[in-house]
Amino acid sequence: MPAPLLSLRGMTKSYGQIRANRGIDLDVAPGSIHAILGENGAGKSTLMKLIYGVETPDEGQILWHGAPVRLSSPADARRLGVGMVFQHFSLFETLTVVENISLIVPGAKSALADRIRALGHDFGLEVDPFAHVHALSVGERQRVEIIRCLMTDPKLLILDEPTSVLPPQAVGLLFDTLRRLRDGGVSILFISHKLDEIQAICDRATVLRAGQVTGHVDPRDHDAHALALMMIGRDMPPPLHADPRPAGKVMLELCGLDYQPDDPFATPLSGLTLTLRAGEVLGIAGISGNGQADLSRLISGEVRLPAARRDEVRMMGQGVGHLNPAERRTLGFAFVPEDRLGRGAVPEMTLSDNSLLTAHGQGMLKRGFIDRRAEVAFTEACIRDFDVRTPGPEAEAGALSGGNLQKFIVGREMSLKPDLLFVAQPTWGVDIGAATAIRQRLVALRNAGVAVLVISEELEELFEICDRIQVIHKGHLSPSLDARSTRAEDVGRWMIGAQAEGAVA
Amino acid sequence: MTGLSFILAGMLAAATPFLLAALGELVVERSGVLNLGVEGMMALGAVVGFIVVYHGAGHVMGFAAAGLAGMMLALIFGWLALGFRANQVAVGLAVGILGQGMSSLIGNSYESLTITGLPKLSVPVLSDLPVVGGLFSQDIVVWLSLLVTLAIWAMFRYSHLGLVLRAVGENPQAAHAIGYRVIALRYGAVMFGGAMAGFAGAYAATVYTPLWADGMIAGRGWIALALVVFGTWLAGRVFFGACLFGAVSLASLVAQTEAWPVPSQLLSSLPYLVTIIVLGIITSNKRLLKENGVASLGEPFGK
Repeated sequence: MPAPLLSLRGMTKSYGQIRANRGIDLDVAPGSIHAILGENGAGKSTLMKLIYGVETPDEGQILWHGAPVRLSSPADARRLGVGMVFQHFSLFETLTVVENISLIVPGAKSALADRIRALGHDFGLEVDPFAHVHALSVGERQRVEIIRCLMTDPKLLILDEPTSVLPPQAVGLLFDTLRRLRDGGVSILFISHKLDEIQAICDRATVLRAGQVTGHVDPRDHDAHALALMMIGRDMPPPLHADPRPAGKVMLELCGLDYQPDDPFATPLSGLTLTLRAGEVLGIAGISGNGQADLSRLISGEVRLPAARRDEVRMMGQGVGHLNPAERRTLGFAFVPEDRLGRGAVPEMTLSDNSLLTAHGQGMLKRGFIDRRAEVAFTEACIRDFDVRTPGPEAEAGALSGGNLQKFIVGREMSLKPDLLFVAQPTWGVDIGAATAIRQRLVALRNAGVAVLVISEELEELFEICDRIQVIHKGHLSPSLDARSTRAEDVGRWMIGAQAEGAVA
Repeated sequence: MTGLSFILAGMLAAATPFLLAALGELVVERSGVLNLGVEGMMALGAVVGFIVVYHGAGHVMGFAAAGLAGMMLALIFGWLALGFRANQVAVGLAVGILGQGMSSLIGNSYESLTITGLPKLSVPVLSDLPVVGGLFSQDIVVWLSLLVTLAIWAMFRYSHLGLVLRAVGENPQAAHAIGYRVIALRYGAVMFGGAMAGFAGAYAATVYTPLWADGMIAGRGWIALALVVFGTWLAGRVFFGACLFGAVSLASLVAQTEAWPVPSQLLSSLPYLVTIIVLGIITSNKRLLKENGVASLGEPFGK
């Protein structure tokens, strides 16, 4: 191995009680695509923040070309030649592409615009320099971030989960770009938890688990099974394939639902139509920002329609568009929102009190007073049945890890014995173990005859648990696709709108 | 002199205290900081400016001292709101009250004293025109204020500094991540706002009405704050709004002297009514707010 470009020695970083990184060693060779592989919460993002100077380590040393350096701000890292493409983009929405870039790269706007076009042409990253960022798609924004990094002429480019926002087709394009960059002498740190991607593009991999390094390997020499073992410390749970079931009664219908959001930059919804029957799982696929947020609020009742349009959302056979969330819940509807803290649970309240929020109808109220024993009993059952790792019902919701809190919220909603369950992003930021458990529960619920609607950006997840998939793109829904006979690439085409012409009513 | 030509002649001078304070607050808010202490910074600037001019040091020194006084209060605000990440609304109100209290205390023995204002500088030919002629005969501070308006407009439209300030105001986390010093930039903006509020106060007490009376700022700082939103954080619209307020406040004087059949109380309250109505209209236009508004306004930023 040639002399490393970047070396880390004994990097340690704690946030309060949580030790995010513990004694991490890492060497990145020049001209290499180096993977940082690990589950959600393994400490990947923390490590990248240390390398990019966003955070400073408690202990440990960073060496650049063999010489120790101190990075106390991103400006320091950029001076060395480190560029970073963030998972949640660091672009300014009200500025144009060229204005965003001129914040980092010196030069006149017209000259910068020419360079943006030239780089876009060379690396397959075409984007209009004078477009406003808020008008760009997620994929285009990522291109802008990458171009912005490239224009600072980096030696090391860090990409944090770059494919999580891309449809399958765009992933190949991104990889071509990265290979061209590597051939041009740039080293790349590629953060991911997707094994196939890492095997496709990386020549080195450092595996993290619970903040520690569990292996430095060449990912091409190991099969996915061995990498997964290093990553999660045990065997990957087998994927589920639910058998088809006879169709039951219609539990949820959207009939030509239109919605114009208040936020002028949000996607309007138009003519959404879907039908969900008892005993099936319907998945809504799509790249984030295509209208999922408003769709989920319209179904949950957080956004209501005028009474005259009540039939655009129908549950259990009646128009509910004008009903509030509590009224919809009394019909047998339950809902797990995508943000656990704030909408799914109140972080400052105990688990017991969080149970009360939606399960108060389960015998927890007596003449308007709270029956604390019933509340605790419900919570304990939920903790036990859904394997929530927590000291007990009196623990604060905000103190639980993402995966455990999600298990609790899903458990709480399932314990309401709904006829219709709607889960938005069931496994966002949840570790693999908890994610598998949640998926198994969703399928079990379907087998028990419940209608389940899932919105997710993870295609693999949808293929695993859904009977049918519909794709949301720019506020339109695709026709229903059979999850057992449709290929991922076909869903991907709908995700980028390549198949929309003429097919959507 | 007819009512109309009186209003046209005095409008810019009446608008200048609003304009200076609002332009300063515009820069502060563009950087993502909400300083509600404008009224207090103006009051302190007014009394300090008045005292310096009263003791014969001249208007230049008076304005310089007033600007420094405003900056000092702004520094206290910045220290608490940026340094300690205290709630900006609470700190702004507290600093504003402090400024007003200090101005009463310092100005106590100067109550009702008067000084001489500044001479008018007239544009040849134009100032001899009928009706609108008065518009072209203004004191030096008014002319400078017009230049400052133009400079701030150009800064946000063309300069790198303007771009950086907008970026810091929209998304401080991202600005930090690409290497900008968010807190330092916000300190700079807050200090600039303090100086401008100090100038605005000095203009009110040493030029517009060259006398000291406790409480003479009389809510102008609050109007200036409203003007920033009124102008959707754009210098040109803030200027237009300031002129409107200047004109309306003169109209109430004209109405009294010429005995218009309108109660003068109604006209005196017009600026405030207009503020409420316009704020209502603007805040209901979400597109306008989203495109020009400041996304992180009032939110503390810490690494």
